[in-house]
Amino acid sequence: MSLRDFLHMGGYAAYVWPSYLFTIAAIGWMVIAARRAHRRALEIARKRVVMEKSPS
Amino acid sequence: MWTWIHKFGSPPHFYRIAALLTPWFGWIAAILIATGLVWGLVFAPADYQQGDGFRILYVHAPSAWMSLFTYVVMALAAGIGLVWRIKVAHAVAASCAPIGVAFTASALVTGAVWGQKMWGTWWEWDPRLTSELILLFLYFGYMALRSAYDDPQRADRASAVLALVGVVNVPIIHYSVVWWNSLHQVASVAKIGRPSIAPEMLVPLILMFFGFNILFGAVLLTRVRGEVLLRERSADWIRALVAKS
Amino acid sequence: MTVRTGVLAAVALLVRRDLRLAFRRPSQLCNPLVFFLVVTTLFPLSLSPLASQLRDIAPGVLWVAALLSSLLALEGLLKSDAEDGTLEQMVLSGQPVVAMVAAKTLAHWFVGGLPLVVISPLAGLSLGVPPAAMWVTVEGLLMGTLTLSFLGSVGAALTVGVRRSSVLLSLLVLPLAMPLLIFGARATDLAIAGEGAAAPLYLLGALLALSATLAPFAAAAAVRIGID
Repeated sequence: MSLRDFLHMGGYAAYVWPSYLFTIAAIGWMVIAARRAHRRALEIARKRVVMEKSPS
Repeated sequence: MWTWIHKFGSPPHFYRIAALLTPWFGWIAAILIATGLVWGLVFAPADYQQGDGFRILYVHAPSAWMSLFTYVVMALAAGIGLVWRIKVAHAVAASCAPIGVAFTASALVTGAVWGQKMWGTWWEWDPRLTSELILLFLYFGYMALRSAYDDPQRADRASAVLALVGVVNVPIIHYSVVWWNSLHQVASVAKIGRPSIAPEMLVPLILMFFGFNILFGAVLLTRVRGEVLLRERSADWIRALVAKS
Repeated sequence: MTVRTGVLAAVALLVRRDLRLAFRRPSQLCNPLVFFLVVTTLFPLSLSPLASQLRDIAPGVLWVAALLSSLLALEGLLKSDAEDGTLEQMVLSGQPVVAMVAAKTLAHWFVGGLPLVVISPLAGLSLGVPPAAMWVTVEGLLMGTLTLSFLGSVGAALTVGVRRSSVLLSLLVLPLAMPLLIFGARATDLAIAGEGAAAPLYLLGALLALSATLAPFAAAAAVRIGID
């Protein structure tokens, strides 16, 4: 089975590939957004600790 | 047993355990999903009726299942947080919502694309599709309610009530194909006994199911760690954590 | 603290109080009703005045209009009481909050939902619904508006502490109300086509039973959270 046949998906390419791409994008977003959220929370925690330490 | 649960409920403990587990979950999920994708796209034989089009199943079914699973986890965590007032439980519930949106959106979109090919229409207001759409709105409503409250405690508790109220939708989604004459096909894998799907086609599906589940775990633990940090203000353990990093 | 008023007496008192307060402002009272009529009029104006075409959309229009009117009136269920502290007094009174919330919901429906049911034959006629189908429509709307009030009470209770909550309220209530819309419109559809509408009506009854028994508990929990 050649690469072209594979991409063609027996004629269903227009249905299979968008579905897979959307799901992979959704999963990718999930992972990236979660890590970003965690990093942001870490930053906020760090800022809080710094603010408490400073005498002002 | 209770001390174990109490440990989990203690934020610093939870944070530490989550940090340890996340990379394991992440890598295992990556391997399972990658294998499942390749197997499902390349090695699984084409379907007798739908040809290669049926391969959408390998992303559609796990997404749909996870959309329900996530809501159940969210409702369970919300209930535990509400009844026993455990902050980590509320953090888990809050973290589930965006994950649920992603899975539900994926299920709806892949389903619509597949439906267009199979039934000739992107959308039908049949019970399963409608209740899955309601699930998406429930997730949005949950997040909107959360953000409407400034006080994090009240946000936690109000959204917990909402999550519990909405849980009636989950059995409706699951059993809609049994109770009504739905466009959507009846379950072919979860039937007790012999699943009515060929093993060469079944294995990648199982891989994807497990992969998605473990991915859920990894993403959830990451988000909960962030939520826990936000809720704990400036406890000692956070100071130590910040000092280390 | 001994509570000297029985639960049923307290419920009756609360319903009477809410009704009396509502009737003090007759213009406010008519708002949901007028809204309902206006919405049902807008559709023939914007789509098509042909009776045959209207008949097709009539069930949907009636139910959407009822849903929107209910949503409009819903914010008033708890807001005014929360603002002047009466809600807090109700929670502190020692009476079961579930009963208090159920009482308020009933009074609210009496003023906001029941008029819609009464006027619905008129609206239905204007949309080309044949008189034979009218009874099914009224039955369906009777159960539907009551269910909406109960579902709405949960949404109202959840957002009682939020300022400008009307959009959020709609976002919370609409997903829960979607099955209602589907079954209700289907019932009228079947009746217009001359077929038996028993199935969707039974389902509407089931939804009413479910919401009437469960919603007050959820709303009471939400009220307590909002009051704290």
